[in-house]
This record gives sequence, structure tokens and C-alpha cells, in this order.
Amino acid sequence: MSRLPLYRFIAIVTLAFFCLSGPAHGKGGRTVVIADPYIELHTGPGSGYPIFHVADRGEQLVVSKRRTNWFKVLTEDGKKGWVDADQLMRTLDLDGEPTEIEMPGRGEYLERNTEVGFQIGDFDGTNAISVYGAYLLNENLSVELWGTHLSGDFSSGWMTNINLVHQPYPSWFVSPYFALGTGLIHIEPKATLVQTESRTDQEAHVGFGLRTYLSERFLIRAEYRSYVVFTKRDSNEEVDEWKAGFAFFF
Amino acid sequence: MEGWIRIFLLRAALVALSMVIISGCSRSKGIDGGGGEPEAVIQPEVERREIKPAKIDTEDFEIGAYYGIMSVEDFETNSVYGARLAYHVNESFFVEGTYGRTDVGLTSFEKLSGGAPILTDAQREYSYYDFSAGYNLLPGEAYFGRNRAFSGALYVLIGAGNTNFADDDHFTFVIGAGYRMLMLDWLAMHLGVRNHMFSSDILGESKTTNNIEMTLSLTGFF
Repeated sequence: MSRLPLYRFIAIVTLAFFCLSGPAHGKGGRTVVIADPYIELHTGPGSGYPIFHVADRGEQLVVSKRRTNWFKVLTEDGKKGWVDADQLMRTLDLDGEPTEIEMPGRGEYLERNTEVGFQIGDFDGTNAISVYGAYLLNENLSVELWGTHLSGDFSSGWMTNINLVHQPYPSWFVSPYFALGTGLIHIEPKATLVQTESRTDQEAHVGFGLRTYLSERFLIRAEYRSYVVFTKRDSNEEVDEWKAGFAFFF
Repeated sequence: MEGWIRIFLLRAALVALSMVIISGCSRSKGIDGGGGEPEAVIQPEVERREIKPAKIDTEDFEIGAYYGIMSVEDFETNSVYGARLAYHVNESFFVEGTYGRTDVGLTSFEKLSGGAPILTDAQREYSYYDFSAGYNLLPGEAYFGRNRAFSGALYVLIGAGNTNFADDDHFTFVIGAGYRMLMLDWLAMHLGVRNHMFSSDILGESKTTNNIEMTLSLTGFF
């Protein structure tokens, strides 16, 4: 295995930083007018950071960036601080309309297009770590790509598969779904054991799972899958998998 | 004689002016009294201006690199380096993925016995990845001298991943804590400690190993 030399690693990281710092310094932003009696400016993007300044009604604020539900603002007298979304939503735009802010919620969850998640589980006694990406064709049907890393006491390997998922009741608080898919599985016996051959086989599976919306862009899901591995031996293998994890959506 | 002509001309001008005014008034009256909608002289073709508010730049992702030391149980302490990508869900929670690598040294037994090494050089490459969920605790400001304050937070995290060491994959649990300090709005420095726990049978019997890592990282928000 070739190694990335340290100096090259540092060079790449430095370069990435310069690329990163470019757009972050973009001037401008949205100007809003305070409609509440006052608005509180925190020193950092979180309610735990102290309030160091209060801006009055009628004052204009320039909103430059957002981090989670906190907004960085610049006051007329040059004070920079962070305002939370609840307070910023009660300000007005320059045309007198209430400031509109995107707040990801259950509505956005139901209209999501893509979902990215991470799960851990048990694949026939082997630990499995999975990452997946899902694309929703409509509110009931989605296509998913999965990558799974298997690591157990006697063997390790990987699995990659494609899934077609049907969610009949997407608006239920805990929503069930059914999955059908196929892919490849690669198993490698542990190096400390007597050397046996590693193998790659095709598999097909069915699954059942539950998905629930948590908050913001978060959801949790858990599922069971039943696999049939088409081995090159006389009989096929049947494997059960249980897994759970979290995901976020865009 | 001259005075009379002047008065006549003045009167004529006055009459002409009043005629113009009267005719002007009557014309406008005629339009008003014409019934129906008044015909606008200029058709305004100005549409209502849609003010599109400037988009606010969202910076919920954090990417960066770290460097530090990692103590691999039974295999000495060596330098470790890696990369991390985090997504901040709200002000308290974040999820993070990391990838790092180090080289392990010799076990005490290998050094004392002077015998054949247990692992080859290639097998001494240790790499890991993990996914974890973190929670920000104790947010606050730290002061450098009289005039400088940086906001930061202490965080704890828990996760799972995989370690590749001695040609084998090991399912790994990770717990850790760190301190994140914002040097600039988009630039943060982390000082972190993590314990990577996995079961290993490299030295004969199977046991749970604790591999503790201390790192300093530099990250940027985007």
C-alpha cells in the first residue's frame, strides 16, 4: 500500500484551506430592519454564548452568514454578533415584509429529495458499518446505494448493493418501508486464521424497516434484511442482518 | 395715446389667458364627465419589483486535518495524521466522519528478545475511519490577554468505525472529547483526545485494546 507522504498531505490541506477561505470572505448579505423592541447579539453561534450587545427597533442589520440556526449580523454602529433564528424571523426586510428564513422541519423532511445516512449493525455475527445515499423518486419510492464494511472475529469483507425502497405511509410518525435489492459481497477470512480463499459472490435481499423524523435535517431508521448469497458451492447461504442508524436529508 | 394702447394690449392678453384657462378647464371637465374609465395618458409599464433577498451563506459543514500522537496498545506511541468532516445539525449536535493513519512501533517483547519481528513493515501500517455523533458542552469565551476573546466549546463524542491493522479489519468503538476554539468565524482549532477500542488477537489471545490518540486540528467551516 502506497503511503501519502506527510509533506504532500500538509500541502494538500493548506491548498484546500486557501480555496475554502475565498468565498467565506464575500462581502454583502441581507439587510433587515428590527421590528421587535430590541434584538440580542451573542458572542458566538449558540444560546450558551453571552449576550454582549442589544440593538434597538428600527436599526438595520446586515446578515452575513448562517451557522445552524444562528445568524451573524453587523449592526449600524459596527458591532458583530450572532442572532438566533427566532429573533431574526421577527425582523422585516427592506420592503417591510417579515424576513423569510428557511427552517428545515417536518415539511421539508416529507419533501426531501436525497438522504445520506450511516448505520451500524450485525450481519450474521459480523459487525457491519454501512453508509448509504438515497434518491427519492416520489414520496413513496426511492433508490438507494449502500456500501457496507464487515469486520468479525473470523472474517472481514465488504458489501455493496442497490435497493429499491417502498414507503407506503410516508407521513406516519413512525413510517414502515419495504426494500428489495441486489449486490455483491466479498468475504476474506482473518489473516491470523488458517488461510482460506477469499470470495466474492452476488446476493439478493429483502428488507423491512422503520423510519422516523427527529429534528432539523435528522432522521433515524432501523431495519432488518434477509439475504441470499449465491455461492459457488452446492447450496446458497441465507444471512440475517439487523441494523440501525441516523441520516440527514437535503 | 400710448397709455391707452398699453391698457388695450394688457386687456387683450388677459382675455386670451383667461380663455386658455377656461378652455383647458372645460376640456378636462369633458374628460371627467365622459363616463367610464378615465383614459390614462401614459400607460405605466412598470411591473412590481420583486425584491429577492440576498441569500445568506450557510456554513454548517466543517472540514479539516489533524496531527498528533497515538498510542497503540503494545505497539508504542507514534505520530498520527488524518482528516475530518463534520456536519453541524444544530447548536448542540454534530455528526463527524474521520480518517486517520499512523505507523506502529515494536512491542516490548520484540525489543527485549531481539528475535524475529511479529509484524512486517506493511502490517505496521495502522489506519482507521469512524463516524461519530458529538454534543457541544460548556460553550463560552476564552481570553488571550486583555483584548482578545475567542468563542469555543468543549464537546464529547461517541462513534463507531473500523480499524485496519496487521492486515485485519477490526470493528472499533470511539469515545472522545475535545475543545473547539473559533480563531475566525470560519476557522477553528481543535484539541482532542479519543480512545479507539477494538478487540484484537494479534498477540495470541483475544483482548480489548485501548488506543488513545491526542490531536491538534485545524478546520474550516463552509
